[in-house]
Parts: sequence; C-alpha cells; structure tokens
Amino acid sequence: MSSIVVRVKKKQIEQLIAKGKRLDGRGLTDYREIQIEQGVVERAEGSARVLLGKTEVLAGIKIEVGTPYSDTPNEGVLTVNAELVPLASPTFEPGPPSENAIELARVVDRGIRESKAIDLEKLCIKPGKKVFIVFVDVYVLNHDGNLIDASALAALAALLNTKMFNYELEEDDVKIKPGRKPLPIRKHPIAITCAKINGKLVVDPWLEEEQIMDARLTMTTDDDGNICAIQKGGSGWFTSKQVLETAKIAKEKAKELRKKLVKA
Amino acid sequence: MSQKSEKLIDKKGLRLDGRKPDQLRPIKIEVAILANADGSAYIQQGKNKILAAVYGPKEAHPKHLSLPDRTRLRCRYHMAPFSVQERKSPAPSRRERELSKVIRESLEPSIFLEYYPRTSIDIFIEVLQADGGTRCASITAASLALADAGIPMRDLVAACAAGKIDDTIVLDLMDTEDKKGGADVPVALMSNLNAITLLQMDGTLSLKEFEKAVNLALKGCMKIYALQKEALKAKYMNVKEAAKE
Repeated sequence: MSSIVVRVKKKQIEQLIAKGKRLDGRGLTDYREIQIEQGVVERAEGSARVLLGKTEVLAGIKIEVGTPYSDTPNEGVLTVNAELVPLASPTFEPGPPSENAIELARVVDRGIRESKAIDLEKLCIKPGKKVFIVFVDVYVLNHDGNLIDASALAALAALLNTKMFNYELEEDDVKIKPGRKPLPIRKHPIAITCAKINGKLVVDPWLEEEQIMDARLTMTTDDDGNICAIQKGGSGWFTSKQVLETAKIAKEKAKELRKKLVKA
Repeated sequence: MSQKSEKLIDKKGLRLDGRKPDQLRPIKIEVAILANADGSAYIQQGKNKILAAVYGPKEAHPKHLSLPDRTRLRCRYHMAPFSVQERKSPAPSRRERELSKVIRESLEPSIFLEYYPRTSIDIFIEVLQADGGTRCASITAASLALADAGIPMRDLVAACAAGKIDDTIVLDLMDTEDKKGGADVPVALMSNLNAITLLQMDGTLSLKEFEKAVNLALKGCMKIYALQKEALKAKYMNVKEAAKE
C-alpha cells in the first residue's frame, strides 16, 4: 500500500517518534483537531460531519419500518454500512465494498452494538412483527488516516442528532404522525486507535503514519470506562504490555472526545 | 447479548459442558491430511471441525497483484452451509470477509514474506462444523498448514479466546457461552516472541476484567501451542515410520 514517498520518509518518521515527536508536530498521545457538525443533511433522520485533521467523514441515519430478527423479536434493528467513496482517496475504487470498508463498518457497528448505545427495545413497534430499523451509513469523504475513530465519532454524532418520527398503529399499519423525538441513546461509545511504529505507540495515526505502521489497535470504551469493542489490524504484532497501555490511553482519550461530542 | 435467564455456570463452578473456567475443550489436531495441498491441517476443538489448506508460494495470479519485495498472503475463511444450525448461504458474508482479513493479519507477522517476492501464498479455511471460537481454531490450523507447506516462519501462531459468562472470566467459549455471555476476547499469540497477532473483543469488560481475560487467553494459546508442536512432530514420525517400511 505504502507509496514510495512514504517509504523514504519512514526513517524520518521513526526517528522523530523515538524522540517523542511526530512529523505533523504532535506529541505521541495528541489527537488531531476535531470538528463536529450535526444536522448537515436535512433529508436524513440524523446526520453529522466529522473532521479529524484532514480526514473527513459524513454519517447519515435513515429509519425504516421492517421485521425484527427471530432471536430478538422485541428489539429494533441496527445496520451499519461504510462506503470508501472514490472521491476520498486515489486508493479507493468504485465497486462492491472492499475488505477495508467491511472491516470499518463492522468495527463501528461493534462499538455501538456492544455498548448497547441505542435502547433497541424502545424501537419495537409490534413484537415479532414490526420494528424500526436504524440504518447508519458512513461516508468517507477525505482519507487522511484513522478512518475508524472518525467514522465511529461521526456515527455517534449522527445518532445523537437523529429525530424519530411519531407514529400510531392502525390495524397493523404504521401511520406517521406529526412531531419528532430523539432516538433513545443510553451510551456514548468512543473508538480510539493507536498505531505501533518502531515499537512505540502513537494515538490517532494520520495517513503517512498508517502507511508505515506495523499494526494498529482500536479500543472502544463506554461512558463508564468499560471496554466494549477491540480490533487489531495490520500485519504486525503487539506485546501484552502494549495492549494494556493502549487500553489505558483509549480510556483517557475517549473521555476527552466524549466531552467534545456532548458539547457539539 | 447477555440474557441472565439461564445459568451458564452451576453451583460447583462448572460450565454447561462440565468444564472448569480455565479449561480448554478437547482438542485434536492432524497435520498433512489433504493430498493436493502444499500444506494442510485439521482441527477439532469441542464440536468445531475445521480444515485449513495452503497453496504456494506460487506465481501470483492475477499478475498485477504481485508485490515486488515480498509474497502476497491471501486468506479465505469460509463456513460450510451445513456447519451451523440454520443453513448458511455459501456466498461469503460480511463476517466471513472480515474474519478472512483478521486471520490473514494474524498469520502475516509469522511468515518471512520477503523470502518469496512476486509470488502468492493462499490459505483456504473451511469450517465444516462451528461451535464458537472458529476464528481462533482456524488460525491454529492455518498456521500448522503453513508450517506443513514448509514455509519459513518465525514461530507458530496459536489462538484461543477468553470471555466473561455470569461475571466469571472463562477460557475457550463455546457457541452458547459466546451468544449468552457478557464478552468474548479472541487472541492469537506467537509464544516465543510474546507477540499478540490477533486481538478482538465484543461485549463489555472493565479494564481489570479485560486484563484478566487477555492473560487467561494467552495461557490458553500456550497450551494450544504445545499441541501444535506435537501434531507437527507426529507428522514427521509418520514419515519416518513409512521410510523404514
């Protein structure tokens, strides 16, 4: 994946990191600047645009009526999809979702699902028959590294921005009534990714760091500081010490990000 | 995920299948069982039955996928339609595609990829019967298949999950425990290097519980590593016997 330019820079990036510095001026545990803007697409039930440095992700929420899964007849359905839109990077190509897009969607999904962020039981209309389906569609608009954290943040910001329509049941038919109410959100799962470069951990890797990293580790934590999702990626490894260090970093950083999100 | 209606651990502290919290399911491993493959392995871990085969290093096809400085490792994890309770469509699901990726990335660090530039090594994993923890058993088998194919490796990769059921941290979750339990942490390890090559998690764990779960999973990996070495040795013992005759 890594371009020749980045390979040339590899040594420089590694030497800086050994001194506790980074090519873009950040410290090892500094996050890039975050901007969150909610309600950017009016047609969607909820939406949010997140800028993480130059990485830009748009998340939109659509809600439809559908049938529940047979093993959870009393719960609404959550579906997360991610698109690596070709306009976002020269390495993205049109066509069916790539392995990377599927992984991205599934990691974002895992964070929201396992933290039980949405009270899915409140999205049940008629047990076993009709429930609301929440579609979270993550749209990557500019790829400058750490798509997982940006996407997870955009998805959550969009969910917080979502307004459900009011309804009443008329002989098994769902009739939409005027007025809207927010989605029942209970938790704020935040994903934090660390990259391992030359034996050191750096938070929120940007594109050039991602291209030369050994591996990455993403941990999603909830409001109580519990871990609810983890994903290791890349073809390197971590020691158990580095894993626990990442867990501590993730917990601390998630607090900072959560504050920013609740303010937005 | 966690439905507390059914107890997963009884009063004696034993699990649904009678195991202790830190006990692995019975494991049977065989190496070199497919004639056409360059390397292969079969694993039974509880009710899991999984085949892994390796083809390569061979000329990369299509050619544009070849890398100038190393081999391209490819991996396909696939579940047979009859491997689960309700028939699974044979088309690769999103879950299978994600698992193919994480399994590949868990094995890549163990291989000297740079020894075979412009080639590819293909790993095919078929889950014949699934009962929880198939990604870990697949890694254990696939790593042996790679070794069986004679591919130079830094170490074998052994994998095992730990998790939480009824507020107890347990080793090697089976399907019911995974579905009804509170968390699942699959881990893959290169024992000689203390290198964790796969780490995932779903569920909810505090930092303390997570640390405990990872350490338990690592212990499981080391036990499985010993079984892997035995299985490899058994293969060469068979070759030796055959040569005598």
